Amino acid sequence: MRMIGCVSPPSAGSLHILGLDAATHGPAIRSRLGVVPQQDSLDVELSLAENLTVYARYFGIPRQVARDRAAELLKFVQLADRADSKVEPLSGGMKRRLTIARALVNEPDLVLLDEPTTGLDPQARHLVWERLYRLKQRGVTLVLTTHYMDEAEQLCDRLVVMDAGRIVAEGSPSQLIARYSSREVVELRFGLDDLAGPAGAELVKALEPLADRIEALPDRLLLYTDDGDAATAAVAARSIEPTSVLVRRSTLEDVFLHLTGRTLVD
Amino acid sequence: MLTTLLLRVSPRRAGAVVERNVLVHRRGWVVLASGFFEPLLYLLSLGIGLGALVGRVPFAGESVAYPVFLAPAMLAVQAMNAALTETTFNVFGKLKYMRLYDAVLATPVTPLELALGEIGWCLARSGLYSGAFLGLMALLGLTPSGWAILAWPAAVLIGFAFAALGMALTTFLRSWQDFDYVMIIMMVMFMFAGTFTPLGAYPAWARPLVELTPLYHGVTITRGLSLGHLDLAMLGHAAYLVGCCILGLWVAARRLGRLLQP
Repeated sequence: MRMIGCVSPPSAGSLHILGLDAATHGPAIRSRLGVVPQQDSLDVELSLAENLTVYARYFGIPRQVARDRAAELLKFVQLADRADSKVEPLSGGMKRRLTIARALVNEPDLVLLDEPTTGLDPQARHLVWERLYRLKQRGVTLVLTTHYMDEAEQLCDRLVVMDAGRIVAEGSPSQLIARYSSREVVELRFGLDDLAGPAGAELVKALEPLADRIEALPDRLLLYTDDGDAATAAVAARSIEPTSVLVRRSTLEDVFLHLTGRTLVD
Repeated sequence: MLTTLLLRVSPRRAGAVVERNVLVHRRGWVVLASGFFEPLLYLLSLGIGLGALVGRVPFAGESVAYPVFLAPAMLAVQAMNAALTETTFNVFGKLKYMRLYDAVLATPVTPLELALGEIGWCLARSGLYSGAFLGLMALLGLTPSGWAILAWPAAVLIGFAFAALGMALTTFLRSWQDFDYVMIIMMVMFMFAGTFTPLGAYPAWARPLVELTPLYHGVTITRGLSLGHLDLAMLGHAAYLVGCCILGLWVAARRLGRLLQP
């Protein structure tokens, strides 16, 4: 992200952004980018409106234009009524929205967002998503990193899954689901302690023909199948009685976990 | 290398960094004024109070009243203090705690423009103090020579040198504890850089050490101008300060780039 933002030099190879070489055209590229960093890094000594106007001046935008844009952007991120307040008392969601407004002050061609909704409550997340979606509609290219698969599903036309610094899959959310998962997933829970152990292995063997793929987790079995209800009926027909059954659509999270594994990466 | 970098500097972007500081301090001008009073208090207590006991001191073959001797040194000290506090304490806060520069360097602003902007702001501020202080010296009859008016730009040069060095120093500081070192450096220079006594009063072994401090060169210039003793050596002193400006700027821009754009 830092390399694309022309803040860190490329560590290897060559990098072209908006048709310009990142190694030699740093300022020219940065003038056309909007950056929403993971940490807001807002100017706590300035008011909300001043945060935007001062930032605009770093891009060489004339004062009057900066003021007009600040007012317009504060309205866009629903902070117009707080224009003259300081940054400190704002909630996390408000700060995020202000940071997004700040990234738009130079009317960028490309906006980089580093985990834009991490740490926000659901209301704030949905508002941020809605605003980002509107930007996308306006034709602004968004490049975002996220750990939230629902966020990727909501916002991305095209996504890459990274594991340990390498791209392991690439495509649209629906393509990835079609390629790496089934249409539906049946989650079965039993009264057993450890389904990943020998007791679970027997169950897996019995259920094997019913699904494309079965995953045994300590607390539940996941049956990947195209028809969840049919699989559930088949389970009952074999007089296997789970304590709970949940049929759901396959999500990007299933794809991500399948591709990158379930072990914790610290 | 620095010259090619300097040629690529956009004055407008460096100016935007200055503008940000002006906006912040527009409301806090009382805090701004505080930097003016400290050296004034020293001048009154030590120059006029203690000066009555000291009497006259030898300077360039004649003897001058102690307050007249001390006042231009306080002018230089004021320029140093203003520059160092701004570029160490304030810049460190913005660099490490407010993380302000991370956001600034995501814009077209380069590390050198950022450093120049912060120094420019610092000079505007310390230039105001120096002007006011010099005016006050004149009012109190502490500027025997008309050349004293040139002590103002001299004070700005001193400010530039210390601002650049301070900026460079700040990039090496790790935590607020390290500011003890900054305080010691300021204190030692304040006491021993030929401020209170002529260089001849120091023991022979200490003189080269005194001559190493930028403040000594600054004091020599402001004192010479204020008392109307101009000689060619002054150009040497000024060159030393210009050297400090260049060195400080170069180190500061490099280190800022390395810290913020790894």
